[in-house]
Amino acid sequence: MDAEISLTVDGVARRLTVDTRTTLLDTLRERLGNCSPKKGCDHGQCGACTVLLDGERALSCLALAVAHDGAEITTADGLARGGELHPVQQAFLDRDAFQCGYCTPGQICSAVGVLAEVDRGWPSHASPDLVADPELSHDEVAERMSGNLCRCAAYVNIVPAVQQAGGVQA
Amino acid sequence: MKPFAFARPGSVAEAVRQVAAEPGAVFLGGGTNLVDHLKLGVATPELVVDVRRLTSREISDLPDGGLRLGAATTNSEVAADRRVRERYPVLAQALLAGATGQLRNLATTGGNPLQRTRCVYFQDVTTACNKREPGSGCSAVNGYTRYHAVLGVPSAMPDPTAPETCIATHPSDMAVALAALDAVVHVLGPAGERTIPFGELHRLPGDDPSRDTVLGHGELVTAIDLPPLPDGARSAYRKVRDRASYAFALVSVAAVVAGDSTSERTVRIALGGVAHKPWRAARAEELLRGTPLTEHAVGHAMGVELTTAQPQPGIDGGNGFKIPLATRTVVATLRDLTRET
Ligand SMILES: Cc1cc2nc3c(=O)[nH]c(=O)nc-3n(C[C@H](O)[C@H](O)[C@H](O)COP(=O)(O)OP(=O)(O)OC[C@H]3O[C@@H](n4cnc5c(N)ncnc54)[C@H](O)[C@@H]3O)c2cc1C
Ligand code: FES
Ligand code: FES
Repeated sequence: MDAEISLTVDGVARRLTVDTRTTLLDTLRERLGNCSPKKGCDHGQCGACTVLLDGERALSCLALAVAHDGAEITTADGLARGGELHPVQQAFLDRDAFQCGYCTPGQICSAVGVLAEVDRGWPSHASPDLVADPELSHDEVAERMSGNLCRCAAYVNIVPAVQQAGGVQA
Repeated sequence: MKPFAFARPGSVAEAVRQVAAEPGAVFLGGGTNLVDHLKLGVATPELVVDVRRLTSREISDLPDGGLRLGAATTNSEVAADRRVRERYPVLAQALLAGATGQLRNLATTGGNPLQRTRCVYFQDVTTACNKREPGSGCSAVNGYTRYHAVLGVPSAMPDPTAPETCIATHPSDMAVALAALDAVVHVLGPAGERTIPFGELHRLPGDDPSRDTVLGHGELVTAIDLPPLPDGARSAYRKVRDRASYAFALVSVAAVVAGDSTSERTVRIALGGVAHKPWRAARAEELLRGTPLTEHAVGHAMGVELTTAQPQPGIDGGNGFKIPLATRTVVATLRDLTRET
């Protein structure tokens, strides 16, 4: 069954008709030609499809497009501004935080979300004190990024990249 | 995936009416469990009614000092709320121990406790499963049982062909904390509003493993209330899992300790990963009331609690390890909560 929806993707307003079964991931990749979010597992387990959905990191493979009619989506493709890479993108390059790159757009969107969550003082399972403001320690980054799997195991460089983007000397 | 109609009605009352009128209708929250089940063929609705933007997204103070969590609040928002972190650490910790940031940003207060089991056979439509397909049998018996129940199961070797057999566990971390907090669930159904004590929301398989909860078709969770804890109460959640992050519980414990002196002390203990529902260890709680929480006393109380436990054999070595693990996890949680700071 079809439904008409509108989405703003990387700053561009789009209007389209989708089958109600279509996920945001398939809408982005197959209908709107934005292949930066990747389909790793399609079941919420790997994080390769992570985008910023109304400002928060979210898995696009478990989100129905019809349920997010009107949403504002930022993909890794839309993070750069005026030819300048986003600080998280730059940090991934500086720190060599990828090998094949398949998980990278999801890692980067997730890291952008992590930094915003830490700025807001959101705790994590790794926070030693639930009510104190969190710091971007190795353990904090590893826990917060645990939903982004990397088949190449670039983790040892991903953690310092996220710390660098968050202004931590690592 | 089977085609389905999609609706986002204008009010919660209309959403309830639409689902009640269509036997094949379901509510949609954050979708992190339901959409997965649509893909797997575990859920095959005719109509999906989106309630994420209809129910409340507020966390509000209640006159008695408690908190009300609107059904659309996300797991992230609840875990990050100052009042939850300060007054109900057990709940913030349980939420933060579950899933990942990208999932918690989508998952809702209404949907999380109603997520379905992660039993691999339930999720695999090619296998027999009484929960998914009533009467087909239970493939988990003597199969992969590492994540399965030891409490609330009828025997050490249930009959895999019997229609009532089900050894699935409830996977939610949040639900274990809500059980220990004596939360109250607000429901709007075709017959009007009602409230359900959280401990009565989930059921044991009984004669119908297909039903996880006491909710009827068309009953919508609109909010969950957290009653105030006694002054000075401490609470914590401890989760034991196969990985340090991003894994479901093998065993988890939500505990609340209250009372200034030993004689006034009350303890609440809820266990996750061991049963078809969050398991309140009522017998252990009773035995520990007003006693010093020594390792010996807690171990004894848990021994009594677990006398009815039925370890399940399995091709993965079975799940008998959960019985000593549950006791040790309760001991550790209560030790942390009563340690002088
Ligand atoms: C890879 C992965 C790992 C995970 N790890 C964990 C973990 O470690 N611990 C944990 O606890 N959880 C874990 N989860 C599960 C996750 O927490 C749940 O999927 C989520 O909480 C469900 O909430 P939702 O709002 O997305 O529900 P939905 O998927 O929208 O709905 C779930 C069910 O509830 C019903 N429903 C939704 N809202 C309402 C309402 N208001 N009233 C009545 N019925 C309603 C739906 O019809 C559906 O049956 C994991 C999930 C994934 C994919
Ligand atoms: S593709 Fe979405 S989590 Fe793997
Ligand atoms: S860089 Fe290859 S999967 Fe992560």
